[in-house]
Amino acid sequence: MANETNKPNGPVAAALLAGGIGSAVLGLVTLIYELNTKTAFATSLVWSKSVGALSGKSSYGIIAFLLAWGVLHFVWKGKEVKFNTISMISLLLLAVGLLGTFPPVWHLFGG
Amino acid sequence: MVMNVREIWTVIHGMVFGFIFLLGFSGALYAVYSMKPGWQTSEGIAKTVKNIKVYMWTLTASVWAAVFTGAYIVYPWYRAAPPTGTTDLSTFPKFLLLADPNTANWHNFGMEWKEHVAFLAPIAATVVAFVVSYYGPLLAKKVGERRAMMIFFIFAFATAAAAGLFGAFITKAAPVR
Repeated sequence: MANETNKPNGPVAAALLAGGIGSAVLGLVTLIYELNTKTAFATSLVWSKSVGALSGKSSYGIIAFLLAWGVLHFVWKGKEVKFNTISMISLLLLAVGLLGTFPPVWHLFGG
Repeated sequence: MVMNVREIWTVIHGMVFGFIFLLGFSGALYAVYSMKPGWQTSEGIAKTVKNIKVYMWTLTASVWAAVFTGAYIVYPWYRAAPPTGTTDLSTFPKFLLLADPNTANWHNFGMEWKEHVAFLAPIAATVVAFVVSYYGPLLAKKVGERRAMMIFFIFAFATAAAAGLFGAFITKAAPVR
């Protein structure tokens, strides 16, 4: 059982990085979709007919978040990791998510 | 003062779930910020943490509820295509906005950004709620972790606020009816 006076930072780093990964996946899937909405991948994102491709794009982001969290939590449970490095990477991934969901960025890439 | 089902759901999505998160943000952020050993006694920190845990998970549940009610209940009404030959587009907000070049950007930029960016908020908020629950009172001694958490939480707020702001503007321009 973890010592209550000093818990390892692994699970926290895992959650942070998973949050970044989920955001980045949402951003990248959105960007790829917007670049060409007619591809097989783009059409496969319609998981719900009434919601359209947003259902697939958002679900990929949420699944990536939960999956990454589960895996990283398992790997880093009870461990001390380089928190500053991981939090910086997580913040960069959040930025990727933000940029990928921003319409002017789609237009920049020809979307 | 009669509201139909669509209008009621729009209110639940934005003015209930979304509003709870946006309104609760500053209090939660300050509570986390003020968790400093020099500012509070260990008893005070323990009590603050108990409250923050409940508060954070409530806000997180609220922002998840906001995005899911938005995406799966309100958004299908917003994006529904009118039958061929329809001239009155008042119950088809997306097509009403796109029909006029002066309002088209409310959809092309506003809605397109809102519908995607909103999903980043609950992801970031969940991370913050987990970290508070995991560390508990120990968070007061974790300067770097607390700082990273606050950045995540501000990010959650900013993305939810952008979505909420455009939601309000778009509802003003072309309400879901």
